[in-house]
Amino acid sequence: MGSFKIGGIVLSSAFKRPSTRLYPTVPRKWQDNTRGHVEIDPEQCILCGICSKKCPADALTVDKAARTWTIDRMSCVQCRSCVESCPKQCLVMKNEYTSPNVKKVIDTVNIPEKVKKEE
Amino acid sequence: MGKRTIVPFGPQHPALPEPIHLDLELEDEKVIRAVPSIGYVHRGLEKLVEQNDYQIMCYVMERVCGICSFGHSWGYAAAVEGLMDIEVPERAEHLRTIFHELSRIHSHLLWLGLLADAMGFESLFMHCWRLRESILDIFEKSTGGRVILSFTKIGGQFKDIPKESLAEIVIILENMRKELLVVTNVFLDDTSVKNRMCGVGKLSKEDIMKLGAIGPTARGSGVNNDARCLDLGKYKELGFKPILETDGDCYARCKVRVREIFQSIDIIIKDVENIPEGPVNIPVKGMPPMGDFIARIEQPRGEAFYYVKGNGTKYLDRARVRTPTNANIPILVKVLQGCYLNDVTMMVMTIDPCISCTER
Repeated sequence: MGSFKIGGIVLSSAFKRPSTRLYPTVPRKWQDNTRGHVEIDPEQCILCGICSKKCPADALTVDKAARTWTIDRMSCVQCRSCVESCPKQCLVMKNEYTSPNVKKVIDTVNIPEKVKKEE
Repeated sequence: MGKRTIVPFGPQHPALPEPIHLDLELEDEKVIRAVPSIGYVHRGLEKLVEQNDYQIMCYVMERVCGICSFGHSWGYAAAVEGLMDIEVPERAEHLRTIFHELSRIHSHLLWLGLLADAMGFESLFMHCWRLRESILDIFEKSTGGRVILSFTKIGGQFKDIPKESLAEIVIILENMRKELLVVTNVFLDDTSVKNRMCGVGKLSKEDIMKLGAIGPTARGSGVNNDARCLDLGKYKELGFKPILETDGDCYARCKVRVREIFQSIDIIIKDVENIPEGPVNIPVKGMPPMGDFIARIEQPRGEAFYYVKGNGTKYLDRARVRTPTNANIPILVKVLQGCYLNDVTMMVMTIDPCISCTER
């Protein structure tokens, strides 16, 4: 028992560098594994719609008729469920968060028609 | 006899980390009765089992709580694996034990910080959270998420953690241990901290047994109901022994949590030494059959209870979680009776309430 037990830490902290980053002067370092945001490679997508069925947050919509893949960035919870389930591996999880916004962002990607290979 | 007054405490209060409302019936400075009410953060996560299949539900279940998210996904996965009779690979079980104990360290450090903040010890609060940050960094580096890990799936883990990363975790924890000793020593030895906690909020063994309190709250009064003594995880192989204190006051509950942090570090180091090579998941085929299953797991706040009921389709009939705080609210009401108003924050904090868990 005693008083001012935190004295040692307080004194040593006075001579140490701060534990926090001077944001935004010093930007955040992203880890390789960080789940930031989902991106699609439209060339590979076959509009099967499995990603939208596997999304627990209903953030993905696949419109076969209009050939579009839509993601509601505000609803997406970065769970990697779509990336794991994509049969063509055309979805990837990038390690950077999307930039802050004041409006709801809905990204729509047009999927090009596949040209059949001539035999 | 003085005049009776009712003082509302919460849902927004500087001492409360989460919204719980207490109507404190006071006679002068003494609390005669406390009436709790919850329901501010209900989200209806259990209902989502009707529209998400049993595998996707794992992502929903880990969002029950932001602090013990890994434990919730493990508990749900264990219940479904039991229902479907799936045997999880050895390495996955070891990885689950390691990550669950890391969650316990970060949860207890968060709690210690909040406790220091509740008694107005700002610098101690910041040092606890500074140490907790290194655990969150481990999570982000190895699994990709700082809080919600999305690391567990039915049948094992999503990916393997290489040997080098596990060794790195051990080095970080060993370095952290020295700093932890200094910080936790303030909680256990400092006069000003002890004056706030020693002899405050005494709970006898009988009270704990009668009202069914769990977790560190019960262990602070010498009642062992640690679910880690059961079969789930690799605790038995690692020679796990629960930590018990006998005083039953706020200080004893704090001491249990401090000792558990060091115990968790020892468990992780021992587990990393003994982890076998092999696959981390097995492919899951088929649907959950008719029937139900219960899994019990020791979360940082106490024992959580998972119930799943299958009906032969990919959608479960029911998934239910009984979280630790739910079981600790009766004991909170009991301990508040007869205490002084200035001790209420200490009482509420030492049961470690997690209201988002409780309401789901």
